[in-house]
Amino acid sequence: MTAAPEQVDVLAVAREQVLEQGVGLSEEQVLEVLRLPDDRIPELLELAHAVRMRWCGPEVEVEGIVSLKTGGCPEDCHFCSQSGQFPSPVRSAWLDIPGLVKAARQTAETGASEFCIVAAVRGPDKRLLSQVRDGIKAIREDGNDIQIACSLGMLTQEQVDELVDMGVHRYNHNLETARSHFPNVVTTHSWEERWDTLKMIRAAGMEVCCGGIIGMGETLEQRAEFAVQLAELEPDEVPLNFLIPNPGTPYENYPVVEGPEALRTVGAFRLALPRTILRFAGGRELTFGDLGAKQGMLGGVNAIIVGNYLTNLGRPAQDDLDMLTELAMPIKELSKTL
Amino acid sequence: MVTYCGFCGKERAEGDHSACASRLGVIDPPRFCAECARRMVVQVTPSGWTAACSRHGEISSAR
Repeated sequence: MTAAPEQVDVLAVAREQVLEQGVGLSEEQVLEVLRLPDDRIPELLELAHAVRMRWCGPEVEVEGIVSLKTGGCPEDCHFCSQSGQFPSPVRSAWLDIPGLVKAARQTAETGASEFCIVAAVRGPDKRLLSQVRDGIKAIREDGNDIQIACSLGMLTQEQVDELVDMGVHRYNHNLETARSHFPNVVTTHSWEERWDTLKMIRAAGMEVCCGGIIGMGETLEQRAEFAVQLAELEPDEVPLNFLIPNPGTPYENYPVVEGPEALRTVGAFRLALPRTILRFAGGRELTFGDLGAKQGMLGGVNAIIVGNYLTNLGRPAQDDLDMLTELAMPIKELSKTL
Repeated sequence: MVTYCGFCGKERAEGDHSACASRLGVIDPPRFCAECARRMVVQVTPSGWTAACSRHGEISSAR
């Protein structure tokens, strides 16, 4: 008679593997974490926080974002209210250069070290890149030395080189979800096309910012798959969004991710990505409310977007800054990112 | 005078707008003009928003 194999607790394994050695969890291990019962969430978050403190430190990276070009996008990302393919109430809009400069200034005044310029496009055309170049120049002429990131869709090598030349230090391009789930979310381009852009960004020396959205109908298995696919990319930053079911989009009636499930996801992603900047992004207000945001910050998250998002509103920046003060988490200074 | 919901664009006096109210001003700026229900051009920035109706002008979070 052979003895049954001993059940090894995934958090005990993670304590040794992730906390002590800095090695992220495998797909199977992440899935185990995502299946933990609610009564083990505090233990998970405590471990995820310890991992973040050990491998990233206590500082929190604060970022503001703004939409330079809103709406009218030709792509059909099913979560997005800016797609021109759905009957969303979001209308097209362009932010002018003075508006961009003002948004960058307001972001810097919060103590943020990052300012991300975003456009709802498949990829940038010459007009958009020219607007970005002029905008960055105007931000610098305003005496603002905040780090500039961009999110302008899929890029060619020439466009990557142009952004490097403009001084863009980080580029956001989300894979959004697991490779196996992506065709259910987007049909106008592929996961692999996004991956290719990310590889070009990395090769050009820009920092890679790549995350996604939780709650788009993916299974727990696909959520675990996504976490390890991100880990394989080794991004500098992973923004973690929770679906906001926006009117007119195919996902408008999807349920909001419940707080406990979201916290489990935060903890699991931290254990898969011990050294990455893990950023709270869109949807946290709906999913967590005020209390949960604090739990997330004590559960592995070490970066936040303050203020509003692209088409949705966020909490007032001061509320988040007060929360960081209360948690005794220092804001990463701009000087330390340069 | 008829007024319209800034979230769904339907008449305020008709139907239940409690779900709209839970989002409007919390995570959504107004998208429809309260006076005529036209879709507005909305620009969200880190610290506020503006919403412009082609007929009734601009409103903003600063108002």
